[in-house]
Amino acid sequence: MSVATGRAWVFGDDIDTDVLAPGIYMKGPIEKMTPHCLEAVDPEFAAGVEAGDVVVAGRNFGMGSSREQAVLVLRHLGVAAVVARSFAGLFFRNALNLGLPALACAEAGRIGASHRVAVDAEAGDIQNLTTGGRYACEGIPEHLMEMVRDGGLVPHMAKRLGARSSRG
Amino acid sequence: MARTLAEKIIARAAGQDAVTPGDIVTCAVDLAMMHDSGGPRRVAPILESLQAKVWDAGKIVVASDHYVPAVDAESAAILDLTRKWVADNGIPNFYDMQGICHVVVPEHGHLLPGMFVVGGDSHSPTGGAFGCFMFGVGATEMAGVLVTGETWIKVPETILVRWGGRLGRGLSAKDIMLFLCHRLGMGGAEYRVVQYAGDAVEGLPMAERMTLCNMAAELGAQTGIIAPDAVTADHIRTNGGDPGDVASWQGDADATFHAVHDFDAGTLAPQVAAPHSPANAAAVGDYENVAVNQAYIGACTGAKAVDLCMAAAVLKGNRVAAGVRLLVAPASTRTTAEAAADGTLATLTEAGAILMPSGCGACAGYGAGVLAENEACIASTARNFKGRMGAPSADVYLASPYTVAASAIRGRISDPRDFLEGRAP
Ligand code: SF4
Repeated sequence: MSVATGRAWVFGDDIDTDVLAPGIYMKGPIEKMTPHCLEAVDPEFAAGVEAGDVVVAGRNFGMGSSREQAVLVLRHLGVAAVVARSFAGLFFRNALNLGLPALACAEAGRIGASHRVAVDAEAGDIQNLTTGGRYACEGIPEHLMEMVRDGGLVPHMAKRLGARSSRG
Repeated sequence: MARTLAEKIIARAAGQDAVTPGDIVTCAVDLAMMHDSGGPRRVAPILESLQAKVWDAGKIVVASDHYVPAVDAESAAILDLTRKWVADNGIPNFYDMQGICHVVVPEHGHLLPGMFVVGGDSHSPTGGAFGCFMFGVGATEMAGVLVTGETWIKVPETILVRWGGRLGRGLSAKDIMLFLCHRLGMGGAEYRVVQYAGDAVEGLPMAERMTLCNMAAELGAQTGIIAPDAVTADHIRTNGGDPGDVASWQGDADATFHAVHDFDAGTLAPQVAAPHSPANAAAVGDYENVAVNQAYIGACTGAKAVDLCMAAAVLKGNRVAAGVRLLVAPASTRTTAEAAADGTLATLTEAGAILMPSGCGACAGYGAGVLAENEACIASTARNFKGRMGAPSADVYLASPYTVAASAIRGRISDPRDFLEGRAP
């Protein structure tokens, strides 16, 4: 996985799973949900976000339910990583399990809206290309990074199981 | 270095001498719990796509509790799929319509101190009452556990919440948790473990300790936990489990906590959380006289045998107000049997309560007892998010079974202590 370079979309604290994946769209396919991702806090986000962009937030990102759609919808929109001061536990786990790098960064607040950032999830390093700042994140260990690189837990397991059975 | 109880359990499951908060480690799972809603129907397609089998049928426990009893063809199909998957995979421990997973699983002695357990439900921290490290996971992760028997965890810090003194008459674990939701906030625990301790906690029976750990979910905690003691061991033995050596599953006295909070149980007033968040809790006096259409005693949080006894203590010799419906959905069939045997059930029904099947029922809007537009309900459940218990415009207030029962008698939110004065605690 190379370094993701994109625009930062900045949000505050306590972004919940209902704001990410609104309940009324839970029954339908993910395509029906994507236009409404985060619309309650930023109506421009879903239409404006581009592949490689990065979501930046404050504390307790992804609080609320265990719904995996809160991660899938971001991946579907092409978000390359989420950088936050802290994550809700279930969201953090779901993110890595579904192949979305979630980076806890004490200095996430130094990234401003529309700053261009380069996120190196493997090294736990963020460069702010707009201000020249550089911030360290809590690293994701290699064995989990491998899962993220494979696209999440299911493709990762498929690879592992495939390798095992081809070894006989 | 001194370690917390959670750190010791994770280290054991990870096969390491010790772990430190922030470490990400892979742990062997001792038990995986699923229910009908998030379980087989979601994991089966993933296992099929991987052409994989479950790693150890004996370490999987399934309970059908959300869609029970079936109310339409869709829910019947979900229950049917669950039964077939359990049979096809040779899962020996399956509790079909026996009650809510968080209550039924420990009723059968499955949760033991020191275990590392995952549950496919966000209230899985309930198991922490038994000295387990038990937490909720999403369906993808559960599928991973079923195939590999392991999962990863970022070792959380622990927050110690001590309750000194003794709860007054008409007060319960539910009041403690609603108070904490207000005081610490819905995300207040931020992925940490909330460990409960202190004289008031040690004085609580297991069912009440389960309520404390259950609602750690509402604090944004990774899980809740209580160090096992003689009460824990006795309870496990009574339910056919072997508690092992509880003394070996204690945190070190000088372990490092992220924070330590001290509260006095003796000064706590009954709490009520207003719509639409448990964090909207305040003393019952702040909401007194709010009229209710329905009073609901149900859910893993508020319908165990002790909860029914609390309601009965208030309802004895009283009647549910005209125009108000009091629904009681015991948390498990065993709860119903116990309450029938000791006369609790008769007290409730004589007061006008309507007995409902055991299961999640109206708690999350899956079963019977949901609300109409603009109705108000006071419930012993854990969450009052908008639209959770039926119509989006309905208002749900959360309270203890004592307070729910008192409110049913008056038809408006009431302080249960009015009905308990002079009675033995
Ligand atoms: S009773 Fe309510 S809170 Fe408990 S498991 Fe069922 S739906 Fe969840």
